[in-house]
This record gives sequence, C-alpha cells and structure tokens, in this order.
Amino acid sequence: MYLGKVVGTVVAERKYEGLAGQKLLLVQPLDHGQQPLGGLEVAVDTVRAGKGDLVFLVGSREAALALEPSFVPVDAAIVGIVDRVAV
Amino acid sequence: MILCKVLGPVISTEKHPAFARLKLLVVQPVDEKGAVAGKSFLAVDRAVQAGEGDTVLVLREGTGIRQLFGVPLTGKLPIRSCIVGIVDQAG
Repeated sequence: MYLGKVVGTVVAERKYEGLAGQKLLLVQPLDHGQQPLGGLEVAVDTVRAGKGDLVFLVGSREAALALEPSFVPVDAAIVGIVDRVAV
Repeated sequence: MILCKVLGPVISTEKHPAFARLKLLVVQPVDEKGAVAGKSFLAVDRAVQAGEGDTVLVLREGTGIRQLFGVPLTGKLPIRSCIVGIVDQAG
C-alpha cells in the first residue's frame, strides 16, 4: 500500500463492463514526506475521495479485491482517506 | 519478506472496511545495517504491535496475507503488505 494525492478525475465512456459505475480518479503517488513518487496513476475509488484529498491506495491484484462483488479490471484502488501521517 | 524500519503511523478514519481496527504504518526498506534500501510504503500490523523505530519483517504478498488473516483463498482482502515480525538481529 502507498500514499497518494487525488489530483483529478477520469471519465471513460467505452470500457469493460466491470468498470461500469466505478469512479476513477487521477492520483499522484507520494512518499512519507508527501513528495511525488513517480508518475500519475488512475485508481478506482472505494471511499468517496475527492480532488485534493490525501489518500492511501492498494495496488496490483489486491486493488480488484477492494471492489464488490464481481471482478473489476483495475490495478490501483483508493482504500482510505488519510487524516494524518505521523512520521 | 524484506527488512524495514517503522517510520510512524498513518491515521485514517474513512477507510475500506478491510482496514477497520488494523494499524497502518509507514515502513522504509533497510539493509542489515539499517541503511535505507528502498522507497517507503505502507503496511498493516495486526499482531506484532510494532512501533516507531522498530526493524520489522514485512510480507508483501496478498495471498499469503489472506491466508494469515484466515480469509478463504477465494475470499477478498485488499491488503498487500503486512508486518509479520519484529527483528531482533540481522546480518
């Protein structure tokens, strides 16, 4: 899992069925000092995050497991809104 | 598994139900001498009660973690990294 900041939204009309109704957000991954780490990612949202929110994400196969009930073809999911990083 | 140093907790109230009551920590990969060896990431701590400054053993494999948490292999648990031990000595 890793930290990120929501920087925007993504709209895609033509997509795999499993992605229908899923909110896609544009995320900048961050390190623990909240500095950018690599390029932007598109992640599916499970916690009603919005632009500007500091969030944490899960990547890879486990991202799809954050969504119910059927398989959704994603490799990054926002699974929490971060109140504070105490480092 | 890899060796990591615990940097501190991440506090989150609005989160996926899978993370309820789990401690979420920022960890930094380190070598056996304690030098930084990779980019920091987040890991959950369910059983070992690691604290800031501890060197820990981190499992980064979702299927193993589902098994560890007692989730059926066909079940869903969106967790990819978990602290599985506190390291007393390495190297």
